[in-house]
Amino acid sequence: MEERIKTVLATYGRLPDPVESLGRGDDLYRAGLTSHASVNVMLGLEDEFDIEFPDSLLRKSTFESIGSIEDAVRSLTASSPLSA
Amino acid sequence: MSTLEAVLADGMTNDMPSQLAAHIATTVAAPAAESVDQDSRFPTEAIAAIRDAGMLGALVPTEDGGLGWAIEEVARSVTELAKGCSSAAMVYAMHQIQVACLVRHGTGGSLREFTRRVAREGLLLASATTEAGIGGNVRNSSCAVELDGDRFCLTKQAPVISYGQHADAVLATARRTPSSPPNDQVLVLCRGENLDLEPTSEWDALGFRGTCSRGFLLRAGGAVDDILPTSYGDISSQTMLPVSHILWSSLWFGIASAAADKARRFVQAAARKNPEVTPPSAMRLAELTNVLQQFQDLVLAAQERYTEMWHDHGQTTSISFAIAMNSLKVSASTLVVDVVQRAMLICGMAGYANRSPFTLGRLLRDAYGAQLMVNNDRINTNNAQLLLVSRG
Repeated sequence: MEERIKTVLATYGRLPDPVESLGRGDDLYRAGLTSHASVNVMLGLEDEFDIEFPDSLLRKSTFESIGSIEDAVRSLTASSPLSA
Repeated sequence: MSTLEAVLADGMTNDMPSQLAAHIATTVAAPAAESVDQDSRFPTEAIAAIRDAGMLGALVPTEDGGLGWAIEEVARSVTELAKGCSSAAMVYAMHQIQVACLVRHGTGGSLREFTRRVAREGLLLASATTEAGIGGNVRNSSCAVELDGDRFCLTKQAPVISYGQHADAVLATARRTPSSPPNDQVLVLCRGENLDLEPTSEWDALGFRGTCSRGFLLRAGGAVDDILPTSYGDISSQTMLPVSHILWSSLWFGIASAAADKARRFVQAAARKNPEVTPPSAMRLAELTNVLQQFQDLVLAAQERYTEMWHDHGQTTSISFAIAMNSLKVSASTLVVDVVQRAMLICGMAGYANRSPFTLGRLLRDAYGAQLMVNNDRINTNNAQLLLVSRG
């Protein structure tokens, strides 16, 4: 899952440095993720994992690191019978 | 007699902020408004009266020497001031936005002590968020804080620092370090004694002429403790953006109320001349009042919504909150022009004339600024994108 998240980040995050250089807990906003790009990342994740982020997860903290994104995606795919 | 004494002499009130501000608006700000506008000069008298009343420290908690007002109380005082002088109200509102950032995010010892000084000495704070070459997006900076031991230095090309030459300190945004990406920003307190502002442009605009919003080359230094510890992204979404939009919309509502008041007096004067016939403009006043009430409810609801969630960082950094605050700004800035225009139709040539008790020229010119200060197109574009993931 982490690899798929990194692919979405690399495609839509518009980060100045390669995604491979980021650790799970690194602050993505400090790494250059703008609020505009974070919305594109959300859309990319929704498509990649066939999920929809509920209102309660649509806040800055959900997208602040690869780890926090993975937690959010996991919490959404866990309830789906189609989850890989 | 001080402003406070004068207001108290009028009798006790349960809305001190509105009453204090209304007193300053009618006795000091309104009489000077025309000359402030004509000469595009700083509203010195009004800001001095505001300072004397302790209102520059309105948002500072009482234990730190301030008045301890809530945001909605400050918002109501902004509305009252705007009825007298839009420029004075804008200087006051922009100052309060900076104070709100300091009170909520200036948690370090020396920043806290500075916040106490704002209340004690009545310091006036200005803001330098825009920058040349970033395309108007205040969430990007090109300039960066440079550290040298426990000192910092900062140079910024600021296309606008409203009332910069009259401020005792400026809060400026910058990249955290010279190697940080453009959106990794901090907010830096640039104290007057460590600050050099070299003017780069004049301010001769259609409205809000007393805000003296000139451009400057800003050069500042100071102790690293003067860099606010919270990232600017969080300061912006939790405090600066919502407080700006709430105080601005409250201000524009004040402008609309002042115009509506002229329209009402005009219609009533016509009615007194011929009590048997309801003047045709009375119908237009009824229509104006519908819009004004809509405007008032919009502003009051936003004040309440923010006061409720002010301490909940999860809520204030949520997408739905950002959309609501953006929407408030766009709606209020459009409604103010609508109301003043309706007042102009009611007052007719008496509103169009510059020398007339019903003159509306200054209010209309000021009203048009609302859609441009953070352009509505930019805000609608942001909301258009946020709505792609919003759940309504």
